[in-house]
Amino acid sequence: MSILELAGLGKNFGQNVAVNEIDISIDEGEIRGLIGPNGSGKTTIFNMITGFLKPSRGRVLWQGKDITGLLPHAIAKLGLARTFQLTTLFRDMTVLENVIMAHHLHIRTTLWQQFLKSTESRQEEEEVQGMSLVLLERMGIADRKDEIAGELPHGYQVALRIANALATNPKIILLDEPVGGMNPVETDETMERIKSLRNQGITVFLVEHDMRAVMSTCDKITCINFGNKIAEGSPQMVCSQPDVIEAYLGEEVSCSL
Amino acid sequence: MARNSTNKLVGFIILTAVMIPLPFVVSGYKVDFLTMLMVNVILAVSFRVITTTGGWSLAHVPMMGAGSYATALMSGNLGIPFWFSMPLAGLVAGLIGFGISYPLRRTEGFAFFVASFAAGEALRLCWIRFKVPFGGHQGLVVPPPKLIPGVQWLDFSEAIPYYFLTLLVTVFCLMIMYRLDGCRIGSTFKAIQSEENLAKSMGINTARYKMLALAIGSFFAGIAGVLLAHRLWAIEPAQFGFSTTLYLLVWVVFGGTSTFYGPIVGVVVLSIIGELLRPLADWVPMVYGIIIIMTLIFLPGGLESLPSRMGIPKGRFWKIRITYENR
Repeated sequence: MSILELAGLGKNFGQNVAVNEIDISIDEGEIRGLIGPNGSGKTTIFNMITGFLKPSRGRVLWQGKDITGLLPHAIAKLGLARTFQLTTLFRDMTVLENVIMAHHLHIRTTLWQQFLKSTESRQEEEEVQGMSLVLLERMGIADRKDEIAGELPHGYQVALRIANALATNPKIILLDEPVGGMNPVETDETMERIKSLRNQGITVFLVEHDMRAVMSTCDKITCINFGNKIAEGSPQMVCSQPDVIEAYLGEEVSCSL
Repeated sequence: MARNSTNKLVGFIILTAVMIPLPFVVSGYKVDFLTMLMVNVILAVSFRVITTTGGWSLAHVPMMGAGSYATALMSGNLGIPFWFSMPLAGLVAGLIGFGISYPLRRTEGFAFFVASFAAGEALRLCWIRFKVPFGGHQGLVVPPPKLIPGVQWLDFSEAIPYYFLTLLVTVFCLMIMYRLDGCRIGSTFKAIQSEENLAKSMGINTARYKMLALAIGSFFAGIAGVLLAHRLWAIEPAQFGFSTTLYLLVWVVFGGTSTFYGPIVGVVVLSIIGELLRPLADWVPMVYGIIIIMTLIFLPGGLESLPSRMGIPKGRFWKIRITYENR
């Protein structure tokens, strides 16, 4: 059964058609890649799914339910987490404080209890801190927990970005260029972590430019160009499509890896 | 935890060693200067509650005015004693703040400035237009505070008793706002300022938190307005105009907003400079102008950023960062 389905989703910016009726259906437990040249509309699609942009047409279906036009925080509550393209973090907070903040949806106490620091609120904060440490451990950045997030090396920032998204306890995670700007070793580490998400029952939908990473990780790839879907299928199949090769002119070599 | 107990200690020392003996040392009108200084401290710190979510509301001084007008009407016409009129006037300001926050909640940056300014001016126009009950341009007369009806064992129209009343209320307000800053709500405010979209993607209803911040900030601005009104004995719409807002902005920019003590330092230092320049009163706005330009060029983080600029590492100084303290 598909967990997330885009039905004829599209977006216009004024006269420009950024995304033209896209249909994508993602199965539970899948790792799906979304590729396409710069400006082909990948991030726009992510923004429409997570409520940061209102679609001009079409629908977003979450486990069969229409969630088009819900606000971002409401969509996060349903179990869709996302990361942003640039390393978007609370830069002035420490690593641990970032993840504690990211556990917002686990907070059950009222604002009043938080203000009074009631026993329940203290217990809850302690629980959240424990969960945060476990999560940091899992992402391999627990030893950096007291450093200021903005001062971390790039690779760790990306790991923290994913940890922040995982803290919302999502069923699906949308990763916007998770390995952008990384060296090959960091890329491999990150892709391994992404693969391990599947074992925890999390579906992954990712946008990435690094073809080698996409090819080795994804079960299925969707390729778009100028806001239209031009190919979909297994990595090998998508790679061999003439349309895809044309869109990525000169990059077909990397597909053979 | 160590950081927090240091903060409390510093606050306690300032209170007992400086603020309590001070009115007996200085002469005459200077006691009133200190009273006004505390009112401005509440105003600036309550303004910071709003700025921690990222919005610099230009309606904050009119919110103080709302508190002044509310207490003037309640204690003047209805004879409600001070202990009731003060929180009620705060609530009135808080409710008005909450009301204007609804249209403001999704505006950002420049739009937020303009919309909040318009909301504040609209409020001021109400005071001018509706001569009953607000008294138009002349404003209203405010009676000295009646603490307990019938019992007047202390005359609060005198400077020194009023100073201590103000001190009591100020300490109480600062303690509440300090607590707010240190609990999860305060951290959430700062998270929204830092990366609003990231906060949204974590399921935080940022619009709701911004409304909350504006309401709480306005409540304490209203309390500051109550203290102002009962000391000035008369209020008029002009006091809550844009020039006062500019002073507030200068204090807060000069002190900085990322720490709790930043705005306090800003108000205290600039007020003392203003007081020293009293013989040159006409020049004070120009001095303020130079100070704000210099601050923005040479000290963009405000006075509070001095320790880290002097090489004292973060956290070593009594700098409050986002804390999950006391466990």
